[in-house]
Amino acid sequence: MQWEVVIGLETHTQLKTKSKIFSGASTAFGAEPNTQACEVSIALPGVLPVLNKEAVKCAIKFALAVDAEIAPRSIFARKNYFYPDLPKGYQISQYELPVVSKGTLRIQVADYEKTINITRAHLEEDAGKSLHETHEGMSGIDLNRAGTPLLEIVTEPDMRSAAEAVAYAKKLHELVQWIGICDGNMQEGSFRCDVNVSVRPKGTEKLGTRREIKNLNSFKYMQQAIEFETQWQIETLEDGGTIHQATVLFNPDTGETRAMRSKEEANDYRYFPDPDLLPLVITDKEIEIARSEMPELPEEMKTRFERSYHLSPYDAASLTSSRSVADYFLTTVDGCGGEPKLAANWVMGSVAAKLNEEGKSIGDSPVSPLQLAGLLKRIIDNTLSSKMAKEVFDGMWSGEGDADSIIEKRGLKQVTDIGAIEAIIDEVLAANAPMVGEWKAGKEKAFNALVGQAMKASKGKANPTQVNEILKKKLSAS
Amino acid sequence: MINKSIKELSRMLRSGQVSSLELAQEYLKRIDKLNPEINAFVTVDPELTLSQAKHADILISKGHQNPLTGIPIAQKDIFVAKGWKTTCGSKMLENFIGPYDAGVIEKFDNAGAVNLGKTNMDEFAMGSSNETSYFGKVKNPWDRDRVPGGSSGGSAAAVAARLCVAATGTDTGGSIRQPASLCGLSGLKPTYGTVSRYGMIAFASSLDQAGPMARSCEDMALMMNVMGGFDERDSTSLNRPVEDYSRDLNKPLQGLRIGLPKEYFGEGLDTGVDQVIQQSISEFRKLGAEFVDISLPNTKLSIPVYYVLAPAEASSNLSRFDGVRYGYRAPEYNDLIDMYCKTRAQGFGAEVKRRILIGTYVLSAGYYDAYYLKAQQIRRLIAQDFINAFEECDIILGPTAPSTAFKTGEKADDPVAMYLQDIYTIAVNLAGLPGMSIPAGFAGNLPVGLQIIGNYFDESRMLNVGHAYQQVTDWHSRMPEGI
Repeated sequence: MQWEVVIGLETHTQLKTKSKIFSGASTAFGAEPNTQACEVSIALPGVLPVLNKEAVKCAIKFALAVDAEIAPRSIFARKNYFYPDLPKGYQISQYELPVVSKGTLRIQVADYEKTINITRAHLEEDAGKSLHETHEGMSGIDLNRAGTPLLEIVTEPDMRSAAEAVAYAKKLHELVQWIGICDGNMQEGSFRCDVNVSVRPKGTEKLGTRREIKNLNSFKYMQQAIEFETQWQIETLEDGGTIHQATVLFNPDTGETRAMRSKEEANDYRYFPDPDLLPLVITDKEIEIARSEMPELPEEMKTRFERSYHLSPYDAASLTSSRSVADYFLTTVDGCGGEPKLAANWVMGSVAAKLNEEGKSIGDSPVSPLQLAGLLKRIIDNTLSSKMAKEVFDGMWSGEGDADSIIEKRGLKQVTDIGAIEAIIDEVLAANAPMVGEWKAGKEKAFNALVGQAMKASKGKANPTQVNEILKKKLSAS
Repeated sequence: MINKSIKELSRMLRSGQVSSLELAQEYLKRIDKLNPEINAFVTVDPELTLSQAKHADILISKGHQNPLTGIPIAQKDIFVAKGWKTTCGSKMLENFIGPYDAGVIEKFDNAGAVNLGKTNMDEFAMGSSNETSYFGKVKNPWDRDRVPGGSSGGSAAAVAARLCVAATGTDTGGSIRQPASLCGLSGLKPTYGTVSRYGMIAFASSLDQAGPMARSCEDMALMMNVMGGFDERDSTSLNRPVEDYSRDLNKPLQGLRIGLPKEYFGEGLDTGVDQVIQQSISEFRKLGAEFVDISLPNTKLSIPVYYVLAPAEASSNLSRFDGVRYGYRAPEYNDLIDMYCKTRAQGFGAEVKRRILIGTYVLSAGYYDAYYLKAQQIRRLIAQDFINAFEECDIILGPTAPSTAFKTGEKADDPVAMYLQDIYTIAVNLAGLPGMSIPAGFAGNLPVGLQIIGNYFDESRMLNVGHAYQQVTDWHSRMPEGI
């Protein structure tokens, strides 16, 4: 039988606000345990939540970015359960009326595009962390994270392969960083995915029973986990077994997924509207303010690159694949006086190759976009040939300074003075009479050899285009 | 001295006839003498109190103008106060010392009021007799075999026995008004959102509201001037202009339309109480008020609705008492779940556990719609009853409680009989309206409270009505014997 996998994602995105969603405590990562836990974070008796409007603005921006509906009135609800890292004994979340609903995200998978529907996105608070390693025989609780704002983004079961799921997750990951609502740091847990996986015979409509893979914090693991889980479900069904709804964890060491708890013993969360908070009302004015702060979205920027910069769709897509790449590119273009094609070639060529080689991200590039622009300027004004430019670039990469100072230091200035080039060519022609003869006899190769000799004589500094032109002229005249 | 109004005491403090320190010492002496019997206070801390009093004397000498400066008051033990033990009447918080100040505490501190101590209460404010406190029953100063009412029973007994000039209370279903009625004093539950809930340990968040308990309406107005006002730390606090609650005290009542809801004068109302209310009606007639018969048809539904909604919210509000971070933790347990179970089984009393169970049940999957949602719908109908009634009258008058103070233990094993104590007060909380109880006489030597219900934000008018009555009667100045 042919099987089809059906995948939906729930992503917990930590919002990049300075303070927590319901208190003034800081959200900075990595502080000593419980030093960023105010009276609200630790749920002292009598404390009350006050909504951080910045978190709401993040939700609005996300809605605008995925063309979703923004609820004019949404409700915060309490999700009740006991756990030591949940100080109030309930999590403030949104249940029946979420702030964002019905959005879409367009993804590119290998050679096709696809639209993923976003069911909803709701605001909620993060829990604290249990520390099982720090105290011998005991568990510690760190409530620094408790109350960090989250936007939980839920898709329809629209994905049909691990590749599609990963493409969606990557696209979403880039988008939330692009619009500045999440730092995207997956190691620190700023972007965590739960993946719902089920399988069904290809061609059938009814969804199979799903299992939820919890807390995937890398795309590689997501790919592996989905592939393993899919295979496991298919094999189980083919062996005559049944799938039970369950929460599963992925073990990166074994590459396997394993059930953590079955849904039969799942909690009844007893959701009800939080009486400590008023309904969240969002006005058109607030939406307009958020809209005015929105950056140009990647799709819009891609179109602009194609139309105004005449870049190929592939180049435009690459340069808008992340906010940091786009920013690097745009700064380079501005800095070099507006040669987008040249800038694109360098950003996607030498810069990307070096970064790739050294496993660095563009934010860590030793050559800043303004430094790159300085180099491009010297290409544009013919100071450097492309070969010389490569040498200067390598120098900049290893920290030798700006393009101009490297050119100066290494004496790399290209010779463009016509008189000087003519003098060199005259010498070359005089010294290589046999080759000139060959050329006259119709051997085209001899021309290239003469160019080579001229470049050699100039120690590579002569402008090759000019050498070509002048040589051609002189040969024809002789 | 002990039967003087805040205004009189304030004048004496300012003129130097008495110092705040002397006043505080006098009241601490009284507490020392009478509290072992009455048990109105769970915590007194003379050191903290006297240092506040000394500070108040300095403020007065510098001409600080607040009428509450230097006045010794008591705080219900539901308000978290920095450096003060804050127990909420529970073993769960037996040794909990407040690490911060509640909004209400902060306001009294800023006004220079002197805190004599924390008053006893039903555990987590759940009760109508003060018998559920982990720290023992409170005795009604009018008859020590009887209850003072609850849940603000400690504050009520403290004011009645003149162990303080005034006190704070909180009212979720009648917890200020019913004990005020049973102890012969004045108590006001303001419009929901008027007084900050920040630092007031939550019972049922959508119903809880703090208010003053004092001898007279005049004193309550001065207390409200300190307590009321917006607090950005409480999202349900209302951002309205600052009010002077004394401003209308002396307005004439000529032409005031008083509504008498027929549902408040039927079956279940003690005849002695009824007679007292009828006498007060004649007093108001003499003062120029007019009476209209009104109906609040959904009154009978208020108790069932309340006992769905309040426990639902409480079951969630009390989840934080889990033994993990502060408060009581069972000494022995096998694992995490066992720690939770034993901590909460040992730390909470029977009434609290009963309400957590009810609340958990009504919020459970499959029951939510039938109980919680339905109750919310009826809650709106009950509020609508009042909105309709206020089309016909300015103020509503009736009994506060169906009976006078009952004997200790009389209803302790019958929760439903206990819950019926709040039949006339609960609807006011459900509607978010202001309600007040003032002493109106005696039935069988026990005080009877008269309830005055106003429209939203009509506290000034209610205090005006009560004050006018207290100008022509002296029930509010009566003191129990033997204090």
